[in-house]
Amino acid sequence: MSENRVDSVPAGDLTSPAGSGTAAPPAPLTTSAPPGPAARRTGGGARTGGRDRTGGGARPHPLRDRLRRDWQLLLMALPAIGLLAVFHYVPMLGNVIAFQDYSPHVGIAESPWIGFANFQWLLTDQSFWDATLNTLTITAFQLVFYFPIPILLAVLLDSVLNPRVRLFVQSIVYMPHFFSWVLVVTLFQQILGGAGLISQLLRANGYDGIDVMTNPDTFLLLVTAESVWKDAGWGTIIFLAALAAINQNLYEAAAVDGAGRWRRIWHITLPGLRPVIILLLILRLGDALNVGFEQFFLQRDAVGREAAEVLDTFIFWRTLVTGEWSYGAAAGLVKGVVGLLLILVANKVAHRFGEQGIYKKS
Amino acid sequence: MSTRPAWEERPSLPGRLTKGLTLSVIALIVLFPIYIVMLTSLSPAATVNEAGGLVVVPDGFSLAAYRELFSGGVVTRSVLVSLGVTAVGTAVSLVCTVLAAYGLSRPGSVFHRPLLFMILLTFLFTPGMIPSYLLVKSLGLIDSYWSLILPGAISAFNLVVMRAFFMNIPEEVPDSARIDGASEFRILTRIVLPMSKGVTAVVGLFYAVGYWNAFFNAILYINDNAKWPLQLVMRQYVQQGQALTLNGASDTASAGALPPNLAIQMAIVVLALIPVLFIYPFVQKHFTKGVIIGAVKG
Repeated sequence: MSENRVDSVPAGDLTSPAGSGTAAPPAPLTTSAPPGPAARRTGGGARTGGRDRTGGGARPHPLRDRLRRDWQLLLMALPAIGLLAVFHYVPMLGNVIAFQDYSPHVGIAESPWIGFANFQWLLTDQSFWDATLNTLTITAFQLVFYFPIPILLAVLLDSVLNPRVRLFVQSIVYMPHFFSWVLVVTLFQQILGGAGLISQLLRANGYDGIDVMTNPDTFLLLVTAESVWKDAGWGTIIFLAALAAINQNLYEAAAVDGAGRWRRIWHITLPGLRPVIILLLILRLGDALNVGFEQFFLQRDAVGREAAEVLDTFIFWRTLVTGEWSYGAAAGLVKGVVGLLLILVANKVAHRFGEQGIYKKS
Repeated sequence: MSTRPAWEERPSLPGRLTKGLTLSVIALIVLFPIYIVMLTSLSPAATVNEAGGLVVVPDGFSLAAYRELFSGGVVTRSVLVSLGVTAVGTAVSLVCTVLAAYGLSRPGSVFHRPLLFMILLTFLFTPGMIPSYLLVKSLGLIDSYWSLILPGAISAFNLVVMRAFFMNIPEEVPDSARIDGASEFRILTRIVLPMSKGVTAVVGLFYAVGYWNAFFNAILYINDNAKWPLQLVMRQYVQQGQALTLNGASDTASAGALPPNLAIQMAIVVLALIPVLFIYPFVQKHFTKGVIIGAVKG
């Protein structure tokens, strides 16, 4: 009975979870329920006798009662939690082999403990530092030559007045995000490689062919171009949302005051994007050690280790090819811990800037 | 159709031309590689030879490359592997994610805070390649298709997206059903999910595309190349230009080793593209409707 009534609620109104409230500030990822909805939705408490947990004070229900009430919900969460526990948290514990001289034949329990020896070797390993340097170089280069492109593209798309044209272009530029790296690298190879379209055209006109895909000198440009082709369009989504949230009256007021198109972009659009830009910039810095694995793995053979070895590929080749499990685990652990520290620092900086960061200041 | 506000100046002709040209060039940069790959895969051998490589101008039509691929060799098998892994994987991921997102979406339910914390923590620290490999190995999943599904089955991001969506459904809706004695599972399947078609479609697409495109898991966990997914075949045969054979000498003759051939290579690329190109338009409209935006907002 009640289901019929409930089903008549128009589903279409709810396609946007944030409603139309684009003006609401982006809620950070919190470790608890967002304060807004939680405070608003005290229905659970009201239903069980008007006692509201969010009011603080003593716990209203003994654990047994709450378990009896919520066991179905817990049961539903169980499969996902189980998968994460097994495939995320167990391997996290498996990192202990970084402090061992691990051998797969004897297992973790029997392998000898050697303290920090693996880390000492790692820090004196030139190829580790080369890979780190490559990783940081790529991050820095892409901050300059990749990062601004989604912003510019979003401003351009936002200025398209005809909604149909805009939607059409949007769906085209989002699309490559859903292609695999193998596919993207293959496409680039077909265009820019030694047997690719450009070389084909050059040779047909009597010039030498070029092979960008195996040239370590242009590798930085190549991987950045690939990243732009694949993900810059998708990257506009968040900026388009921020643009939609800018108060249109500001533009009107500026236009009335005589500000032209470019001045409006400079004085209204860009300041309106500032919070998102700073947030994404900081997040990218916190993620500086991750430049993407598959893209580099796929091109490492063709371009060579000197240019294409990044931390992830270093770990892969050092371990799975040579069997130095503990050494690879140590490298992975260093990368993970440094990455975690970078995120925490980046978040601190975000708070310093008055932004929300990825989690709330507590 | 245009919605220029009254105060905005009429766009100048050079301005409009520049903008139109820029947008066209951007669209072309995305579409052109896809076009020549498709064209080459559909061109007869003579046209490919004459072009000396990729075909830009259409001349003739041939399905020979596709006939070769679907004659039951390595590629046919890899397509089936990829389709199977994608179908089963997406089902597993989507069911687990929807259940957990709903299970953790009620404020004040028991243990939801620690469980949510546990999920969010996976954003900050990934376990690392080596321990993950050793785990999968010790579970005996090497060379099992489950190794391509289970380790990455739950995306914390997708889970958080769905949960945020469920939390925005007015509490009164499920509550009225609860008063009538409906179980939580029934509320989810009969009420909440029908109201969440958009977000479910998008999260399903994310998972499906993830499985279809997965490459590195197979590099790590699948040694037997009879079980290779399409992406690995594409890597070896198209990107690296190596002939395709199956492991095991007795098998090679029957499976038919495939020497590198441009039209066939491009046909493989098209095979990898097609599912994405087909599903994308159906889900794409939800991106612009704000499913993702809401997600990004947390």
